[in-house]
Amino acid sequence: MARTPADLVGAQPDPPFEITFDGRRVTALPGQTVAAALWGAGILAWRTTREGGRPRGAFCGIGQCYDCLATVNGEPNRRACLVPARPGDAITTQEGHGHDRLTV
Amino acid sequence: MTASPSEAETGRDPRAPYDLAVVGAGSAGLAGAVTAAELGLSVALLDSSPQSGGQFYRHPAPALGAVRPEALHHAWSAFSGLRRRLAESTVDHLSGHHVWSTVREADGTWSVHAVTGADGTAEAPALIRARTLLLATGAYERQLPFPGWTLPGVVGAGGAQAMLKSGLVLPGRRVVVAGSGPLLLAVASSLAAAGARVPAVVEAAGYLRYARSPRVLAANPAKAAEALVHGAALLRHRVRVLPRSAVTEVHGTDRVEAVTISRLDADWRPVRGTGRRIVCDALAVGHGLVPQIELATALGCDTRPLPDGTLGLALDDLQETSVPGLWAAGETGGVGGAELARTEGELAGRAVAARLKGRRADAGRVGELRRRRDRMRVFADVMSAAHAPGPGWSAWLEDDTDVCRCEEVTAGRVREAVADLGARDARTVKLLTRAGMGWCQGRMCGSAVACLAADGRTAEPPAERRPFAVPVPLATLAALGGAETEAAGATAPRPCTP
Repeated sequence: MARTPADLVGAQPDPPFEITFDGRRVTALPGQTVAAALWGAGILAWRTTREGGRPRGAFCGIGQCYDCLATVNGEPNRRACLVPARPGDAITTQEGHGHDRLTV
Repeated sequence: MTASPSEAETGRDPRAPYDLAVVGAGSAGLAGAVTAAELGLSVALLDSSPQSGGQFYRHPAPALGAVRPEALHHAWSAFSGLRRRLAESTVDHLSGHHVWSTVREADGTWSVHAVTGADGTAEAPALIRARTLLLATGAYERQLPFPGWTLPGVVGAGGAQAMLKSGLVLPGRRVVVAGSGPLLLAVASSLAAAGARVPAVVEAAGYLRYARSPRVLAANPAKAAEALVHGAALLRHRVRVLPRSAVTEVHGTDRVEAVTISRLDADWRPVRGTGRRIVCDALAVGHGLVPQIELATALGCDTRPLPDGTLGLALDDLQETSVPGLWAAGETGGVGGAELARTEGELAGRAVAARLKGRRADAGRVGELRRRRDRMRVFADVMSAAHAPGPGWSAWLEDDTDVCRCEEVTAGRVREAVADLGARDARTVKLLTRAGMGWCQGRMCGSAVACLAADGRTAEPPAERRPFAVPVPLATLAALGGAETEAAGATAPRPCTP
């Protein structure tokens, strides 16, 4: 019986690469989104909410709920469940609306 | 697959409108697009994803090298057939196009506005013009809130399925599946096949509702067979199915550690003293699907209430909406699954071709498609009624449970707006509390807020009105007044980054 999703579909992916999450190294497979790469490393949260500062991550998985917003290479509010992971991407936890520098 | 045929190959003037623009490349949109193209129409097929297939046939990117993508799918051959016809057709498949508005111009043609790129943040927006429009925008998952549902590790059932099908990942090792609707069985069997332990499938409705419509079941043997396939898979993986039950609390501080499952009465009210705790590290939850119809409601299309409390588009016998020149197919007319979507897509494609060519459609084939559609639509209504949320579900909410995930509006604040401030509908609740005013535009909380606002009366279905179907940068809007509108003709389809 298959034990991983990759076994189940007989995946023979191109060589893996590294991205970072808050400075920590994470292995991603080509063709995975940022959210999939993070789930693959057991990471489920990469945003804190504006009001309560609560952790959030992917919820709807199809770009509808905007809970998975992350800061990707310094750019906030990217939907991690849609954005493909690219070698060397630096993903950082997005705090609140991600534009603290603009706060007066 | 997605390469656009060049102008020289098709002889098509790039400034001329397409005969048909199809929004959505799932089962309905694919069937509509290839059917219309095979009948001689020029067709643009716009979809937000890098690959065709929609949510049902979501599959890994080519770089993941999946040799057996069909292992995660029911009836994969139906999709691979459509995909082959798309590749052989003249359809311009515009992937990575997130349509945010469709507008009828003074000359009667349609303008389809889209932002582009994987998440719609690429710099170049697109404007496609077409003589007719087919909306095949599918559905999104309905959520009902419960204490702890915002903890990381709680994911949509459809979301877990989507992440598995496209990214080959799981949200945890022990995943409880909960909510209501036939999707739960499919999700549980996929998760289990992919190596997750699924301690339970928790279904709020009772499956006996289906038995009240034996003739409809008998007329739809494929649906019964599909349920048996999932049921057998669950038995094989020793997954327990708990009907008339719900997850009424999620435990954990920063991520899921366990859930409490309670029995429900016939109105979905938790029965006191029945709660029991199940250890898990993830929960996949969903309460059915909601037709994604905001592009159509913005154009004034008539809707019809569905048995499960959502709205679908009102369509005529050949899939046309109440707005002439605008067709819809698949889940937009009421959630009914991939086979119904394919049937309706083909029917719409034939109807559009007949209209534009001024000829009657092939009566034999159209009659067959209509009969199949009608038979499956009746089943869809039975399914919708069987999983309609009971009025008692809100009894499992605590006052500090977030209802609106985006704006962090609690059930207590919504109840206060209703009980103390006199709100009687979701719109007033929104104005008083900001519930539904965040990034998702009320997609995640709309059904719940409508129920709470109704305060025991029958809830009005959420209106599904979102003048912008997806967020649009101000720069894109500013540019509309200038060069883009003056260029007027269809922008030439361009390759887009997946």
